[in-house]
Amino acid sequence: MDSGFMQQLIQQLINGISLGSIYALIALGYTMIYGILKLINFAHGDIYMLGAYIGFAATTMLGLSFLPAIILSMAGAAVIGIIIERVAYRPMRKAPRIAILITAIGVSFFIENVMILFVSPQPRTFPAVFAPAVYKLGPLVINSQQIVILVSALVLMAVLTYIVNRTRIGKAMRAVSYDAEAAKLMGINIDSVISMTFALGSALAAAGGVLVGMYYNSIDPLMGMVPGIKAFVAAVLGGIGIIPGAMIGGLILGVVEALVSGFISSTFRDAAAFGILILILLYKPQGLLGKNVREKV
Amino acid sequence: MNSVRKFDIKALIGCAILFAILQGMLEADFIGAFWELNMVLICINIILAASLNMINGYTGQFSIGHAGFMAVGAYVGAIMTVKLGLDFTVALLAGTAGAALLGFLVGLPTLRLSGDYLAIATLGLGEIIRITILNIPYVGGASGLMGIPRLTTFTNAFWLMIAILFFIKNFKNSAHGRACLAIRENEIAADTMGIDTTKYKVMAFTLGAAFAGTAGVLFAHYFFIAHPASFTFMRSFDILTMVVLGGLGSMTGSITGAILLTFISALLADFPEWRMIVYSLAMIILMLYRPQGLFGSKELSMKMLRSLRIGRGKDND
Amino acid sequence: MTDMNRDIAGLDPEMTAMAEVAGSDAEAVKAAREEIAPKKTLLDVRDISMVFGGLRAVSNVNMHIDEGELVGLIGPNGAGKTTAFNMITGVYTPTEGEIWFDGVKTSGKKSYQVTQLGMARTFQNIRLFNELTVLDNVKIAFNMHVGYNLAQAILRVKSYFTSEDTITEQAMELLKLFNLDKYADSLAKNLPYGEQRRLEIARALATKPKLLLLDEPAAGMNPQETKELMHMIQWLRDNFKIAILLIEHDMGLVMGVCQRLYVLEYGICIANGTPDEIKSNKRVIKAYLGGEGDD
Repeated sequence: MDSGFMQQLIQQLINGISLGSIYALIALGYTMIYGILKLINFAHGDIYMLGAYIGFAATTMLGLSFLPAIILSMAGAAVIGIIIERVAYRPMRKAPRIAILITAIGVSFFIENVMILFVSPQPRTFPAVFAPAVYKLGPLVINSQQIVILVSALVLMAVLTYIVNRTRIGKAMRAVSYDAEAAKLMGINIDSVISMTFALGSALAAAGGVLVGMYYNSIDPLMGMVPGIKAFVAAVLGGIGIIPGAMIGGLILGVVEALVSGFISSTFRDAAAFGILILILLYKPQGLLGKNVREKV
Repeated sequence: MNSVRKFDIKALIGCAILFAILQGMLEADFIGAFWELNMVLICINIILAASLNMINGYTGQFSIGHAGFMAVGAYVGAIMTVKLGLDFTVALLAGTAGAALLGFLVGLPTLRLSGDYLAIATLGLGEIIRITILNIPYVGGASGLMGIPRLTTFTNAFWLMIAILFFIKNFKNSAHGRACLAIRENEIAADTMGIDTTKYKVMAFTLGAAFAGTAGVLFAHYFFIAHPASFTFMRSFDILTMVVLGGLGSMTGSITGAILLTFISALLADFPEWRMIVYSLAMIILMLYRPQGLFGSKELSMKMLRSLRIGRGKDND
Repeated sequence: MTDMNRDIAGLDPEMTAMAEVAGSDAEAVKAAREEIAPKKTLLDVRDISMVFGGLRAVSNVNMHIDEGELVGLIGPNGAGKTTAFNMITGVYTPTEGEIWFDGVKTSGKKSYQVTQLGMARTFQNIRLFNELTVLDNVKIAFNMHVGYNLAQAILRVKSYFTSEDTITEQAMELLKLFNLDKYADSLAKNLPYGEQRRLEIARALATKPKLLLLDEPAAGMNPQETKELMHMIQWLRDNFKIAILLIEHDMGLVMGVCQRLYVLEYGICIANGTPDEIKSNKRVIKAYLGGEGDD
């Protein structure tokens, strides 16, 4: 009885961590874009969806294997991210925050509905890119997809951390996020930094999309809505604008969801995420890793 | 101020004339069933937009979970008529009160947040409400609460809308309304004017939620069903679009926005896949070129109307 | 009343340089107070400190203001003046110490509650209700004094109309006093800078305060405007019979109008007294002319 509970707990932890690392991938983009533009990029979840569709096209139509497909998908999403920023967000940079937020919601709905128009709202079956092997560690089950998700997420996060901390562009990104005006005076080209941020964030989301498509075998044009919002929850949970925060937030959210659906009911899974959001906003709005800032009077 | 009273009376007469014309056209079968449905829908949407405008436009609190309160109204109202066999009036009152109560309970803690955070929190709350309803078998869960009698008519929807619009107009032109406007303009300064900002934010939020509840009752009792899928984030976004299109902070703007978008929606009824594309594109273009909406925060004023020789009633339509 | 010792600290010239007379014999203090200061203490700041993280922005400041007094709070930039101001008006809660206003402890109360007790303020960076009319800006400040509730407002009963008329009338009168009546229907944001400052003061007065706090009202003004402003401040005190606390970093400016001054440096009150005493105070001179050279 007790060991059965432990077993299920660990099993749910495994599921939660693999789901959570996908949330983390999407949350990273949210957090980077928010850190630089103070914009909740509502369309971010839809970029994740587009990434999944590009991955789908690459594997079915071009017959690519996993690695080239995910790279193609990331590159495609990066370009789309840059275009969205150029067309919809850049002209709004000085506009009131509410106007930008509404634009972002508009972009999100636009992408979703254009996709519905072009690829139909029907879900598509994502091809199995890996032989669905199942490994048994005693009573625990871990499948090959989960391992791929974990490894890919870890590699991508490591690459991102390297870029942000060690490269010129990463340094520029951090500078702009800290103080855009000062960065500009230091000769940093803000526009290209923002483009780069959108490219990186979108690429990570697209990778998440491909991994999810592979994991659940199914993609549809509205698949980005809920994970998009949840990834934002993850970003807020970790402390928005903070890169390690997004990773931790994503993992926590994934684990909580897995536990809720494993031990309570899977229908309450989504409510759990929003519940976390509201609790964190009320009691620690700066997030787990965030610092407190107050308005100067 | 006598002129204010005179204005109210004139406006009411205008509404009555407008109602008589529309009702006459309905009775004479000049307006078909499809447009009759849309007339009721316009009334409901005006209530939704004007009530969201109280929160977003007057008080400057960015709520994007209005559909959640509409859902509460719809379900509470439907329980009254379907499950308890009570009167429509009771359903309206209970639906309104239920949404108001939830608005109050939700507003009290969340309105401490501001800007983006509040937006996301209200979005989350709207979804929590929907998911919770989805999990209550008593009200039909995912298949919705069916068998609701059609008790909403154009007449009661129209006059409820007028009553609510008068409520909101009078609210705005009172000390309470001014307190809300002050909060929107500068919360810290409002605070130093002795305004209990939390109280007024919660007040606007509760009243806005209440009217969304009223709209929900009307909605459910017109379409025979209360279904969780009717109250998703899409619906909240619809209402938000109406308010923003008309101009945040302008009641006449919300009215115009609601009428326009309901019409566009009706015209696109045969092309549902295009509807949301048009909506979202309109929203993006509007934000790029006229972020303040059609009217900004201004009202179609008496002066403006007088110079145009158009009765006030028309805007209340 | 335990606030007497601080009371006389400010009024008794002998004691001024020391700034503090903590622990004096209560009886003697009481007697002394009645002799020297027949007026009632309005604001009593007791040993307040504000710590942000590890930084002591304000450290053990004492201050008091009597009814109808015009007091200045000066100090170089970054001395903690605005932080002290924010604590007094309830924006911040002091991490140590207490603030009493008109017999009520206000530290820990919220800003709007402090205003309701009779304290009004202006902001260094003007904070008007920009998209509202000048008249509405002032009417909002009368909000605490309206004579109707929400239901009465919605139903438009008689008390709504009478109360609205009174408020509008009073607001117009106030605007007239400040020469702003001709702008009543323009949006606040469209006023020229000097008029915006005046409107902010008029709006603060509409809350019917006993104490008005002005945070660097001369900021951004030329010498001529500043001079006019100083005249206006004196006129305010005489005409509205209120106490005024004025923040300035420019010493010369406040010398002419204030009865007493408090000087802050690095969050510490280094002196208080009459303008003449402050002028000859070595620490003050050093703070302004020595090392820093900020102002």
